[in-house]
Amino acid sequence: MIGLSDYLVLAAILFGLGVAGIFINRKNVIVLLMAVELMLLAVNTNFIAFSHFLGDTAGQVFVFFILTVAAAEAAIGLAILVVLFRNRASINVEDMDDLRG
Amino acid sequence: MTFEKFVFYVFALITVYAAFRVITVRNPVHAVLHLVLAFFSSAGIWLLAEAEFLGITLVLVYVGAVMVLFLFVVMMLDVNLAPLREGFVRYLPVGGAIGGLMILEMSLILASRHFAAAKALPPHGPHYSNTRELGALLYTDYAYPFEIAAFILLVAIVAAIALTLRRRPDARRQQVGEQVRVRRQDRVRLVAMAAESRSAGPAEEEGS
Amino acid sequence: MHYIYLAIVLAPLAGAVVAGLFGRWVSRSVAHSVAIGGVAVSFLLSLVALKHSLVDGAPAFNGTVYTWMVAGGVHFEIGFLIDRLSVLMMTVVSFVSLMVHIYTIGYMHDDPGYKRFFSYIALFTFSMLMLVMSNNFLQLFFGWEAVGLVSYLLIGFWYTRPTATFAALKAFLVNRVGDFGFMLGIAAILMYFHSLDYADVFAAADRMSGLQLEIFAGHGWSVLTLICILLFVGAMGKSAQVPLHVWLPDSMEGPTPISALIHAATMVTAGIFMVARMSPLYELSDTALSFVMVIGAITAFFMGLLGLVQNDIKRVIAYSTLSQLGYMTVALGASAYSVAIFHLMTHAFFKALLFLAAGSVIIAMHHEQDMRKMGGLKKYMPVTYWTSLIGSLALIGFPGFSGFFSKDSIIEAVAASHLPGAGFAYWSVLLGVFVTALYSFRLFFLVFHGEGRMDAHTRAHLRESPAVVTVPLVLLAIPSVVAGYLIGPLLYGEYFGDAIHITAAHPAMERLAEEFDGPWAMIVHGLTATPFLLAMAGLFTAWYVYMRRPALADLARRRAGWLYGLLVNKYGFDDFNQIVLAGGARGIGRLLWRVGDAVLIDGLVVNGSARVVGWMATVVRRVQTGYLYHYAFAMIVGLLLLMTWVVFLR
Repeated sequence: MIGLSDYLVLAAILFGLGVAGIFINRKNVIVLLMAVELMLLAVNTNFIAFSHFLGDTAGQVFVFFILTVAAAEAAIGLAILVVLFRNRASINVEDMDDLRG
Repeated sequence: MTFEKFVFYVFALITVYAAFRVITVRNPVHAVLHLVLAFFSSAGIWLLAEAEFLGITLVLVYVGAVMVLFLFVVMMLDVNLAPLREGFVRYLPVGGAIGGLMILEMSLILASRHFAAAKALPPHGPHYSNTRELGALLYTDYAYPFEIAAFILLVAIVAAIALTLRRRPDARRQQVGEQVRVRRQDRVRLVAMAAESRSAGPAEEEGS
Repeated sequence: MHYIYLAIVLAPLAGAVVAGLFGRWVSRSVAHSVAIGGVAVSFLLSLVALKHSLVDGAPAFNGTVYTWMVAGGVHFEIGFLIDRLSVLMMTVVSFVSLMVHIYTIGYMHDDPGYKRFFSYIALFTFSMLMLVMSNNFLQLFFGWEAVGLVSYLLIGFWYTRPTATFAALKAFLVNRVGDFGFMLGIAAILMYFHSLDYADVFAAADRMSGLQLEIFAGHGWSVLTLICILLFVGAMGKSAQVPLHVWLPDSMEGPTPISALIHAATMVTAGIFMVARMSPLYELSDTALSFVMVIGAITAFFMGLLGLVQNDIKRVIAYSTLSQLGYMTVALGASAYSVAIFHLMTHAFFKALLFLAAGSVIIAMHHEQDMRKMGGLKKYMPVTYWTSLIGSLALIGFPGFSGFFSKDSIIEAVAASHLPGAGFAYWSVLLGVFVTALYSFRLFFLVFHGEGRMDAHTRAHLRESPAVVTVPLVLLAIPSVVAGYLIGPLLYGEYFGDAIHITAAHPAMERLAEEFDGPWAMIVHGLTATPFLLAMAGLFTAWYVYMRRPALADLARRRAGWLYGLLVNKYGFDDFNQIVLAGGARGIGRLLWRVGDAVLIDGLVVNGSARVVGWMATVVRRVQTGYLYHYAFAMIVGLLLLMTWVVFLR
């Protein structure tokens, strides 16, 4: 039988890969967004695993909401990216330091 | 090892591999494709956990719409990749260490006996519908958050359009308001003048 | 009568308001008509009040018009005390003021500040009447400060002249010193008597006479002496007694009518009036009376000497005013309050006359005030000449003129006083007579007799002043002559009644009354007395030195160079004030500015805190790189730390 730990460790690995992705792809906004998607996927997996093992459908409802919000986030993030590229001709994070103190 | 477990491990391996490739490949298009793969195999794992509706949704909505959007954007932008890859190797140890540390820490807890002891409930009968269950919950207990989620999506649509809508100065559009507002005297001016003889003509014709 | 008294005060105020606040909308003639009308109403009603008091024999009026506030059981009120003393002052003040108002029409004719000037002098009349008529210390103080304010405004009337603004500021600051003492005196009265009303204070004065106050351990001070001296410090400022006299000569920067009205006839006598009014208090303190007498004597003699070396016509008269104020103060010190008031009155007439005559000369000379450029004006300006002669004779105390009666009475009163310092005061006032005659007739001869030393252009335009100038001169000349014959009823009759209080311990007035047997006998006696001889000697010296042997003055100047230098430098009072006091104050100010303000407050507190914040911000802002991933790192590292804490440490 697949244990709860199996799901959870898989989610943890996905989450860690997402974090590492943020660190090593620090200049590419697109990959950063994708790393965030990975982390969200890990969280969703966690929710589903708990939902499954506790027999509570509410966890799946939350995944549903997370998917909704993640879709919205992706849409707006990509829109910002397009505008950014149109104005700067670059998506390099290091070019975006207007908020530097 | 049961078949279920075998399938789980296969999907899990593919997911982890795909996720790893997402963050390491050089080409963003490949990264997106690997992300699609990761989502797809995750959807399989979700199916194993009896979350059929969400598994299908993930494939249809996420892979079918959001990831395609990613792909569009990545392919649309003429990104010069060279500077974006700078420092990749330099930050690899740090990123790897931190990511690894987090995985380790989480695993330490998650793999412990508290979680390992949790036994899966018996599988549902053949007439069980995950979609019905979820729907019943969404439209009753979570009706209000559901409406808000819908509204958030609407706002996201409006925001994305508003952000990317471009008003080019050279684009010609109809100014309907002005067209309706216009009056006769704005367009036509009647001038009363004496008739001119033909001989005066050539000089003016040159000018016109 | 209640409303008449109110009208006396308010009529000039109405004139001031119309000429001042509404000056923009009214014409010049309306402005001066209203101001003069207000003062004329005051004068006529003062005459009514005088008649009411004198002929009808009405008792002194003491009533409250308005209660401003009641605090801690003390009433702050506006009220009138109309007795013989104040009614006399009211008449003198409003009369001289009226003359000066009329005179001003001619003198200030071409001045752009015409309406402003009328507003100021009408306001002055109001303030002075408030001072004179008050029945409590609060209103006295109000009038006291108000006349000081108007004096400041009028000295600096030509505010574009740096010397005028300097003189105005000087007058104001020196008066502040005096007023500080005055205010302390009033505060002491409030503290010990718990009332500001004259009647209450005078009634309680006897009980206070034994009270001692310990300022320094082991040294007891009589409370009354302290109060009297503090009040007199105020009078020293206002009435320009040594050493607070320095502002008065400089105040001659103001227009001449002002010099006549404020700085000769009325305002500077406020101190004299105040001491006379407070006679029930002063009578109880021999120390204070001695102090008053010595200060007055010093002023009377030494300030008169300064008049000898001045060349500015107005300054000579200003020093003469100082000297005469000294005489009045000496009289106060000798407990001859009525004599002081008498001299105040006669002095108001003849000194206003002299100032206005000087103004008339100045008009004719096209605002040239240096006597060395005058001379021989007699034949051009007969009216001014004769009125000046009357004024000068009155000033030096020529028998028969008003000044003779008052000044001789003062000398006699001092001679009869037994207080410490009376001997010194006697010789001062006696020698002062000689000095007075000398400088008065030096001025007179230099201006009106001898060769004309003015330039040809001025000489061609010399002529008598218009009627608005000469009529007040004549009108003032009349009381300058005849006011002295009031000596009988004023000094030795029952005129002042209860208004002035003299204890049996100070018998000067009684002695004078014993010897007095009518003004004519006094004149006859005066013709052979020492003061007259001294005055004649002074007159003759002036004539001899300045008319016969002009070289003699130069010779004296060279021979006694140090004395001349001392006099020209006014005994160094101005230098002392400017270098030590003003310089010291500026030094302290600069020190506080440089160290206290610039370094400590600006540098350390204000800019220092700003710099600390700025420095911290420069450090902290390095955290804000603006790079997205740095923020993401921060979040992730924070998450990691939180997880570490949860996993391992809990």
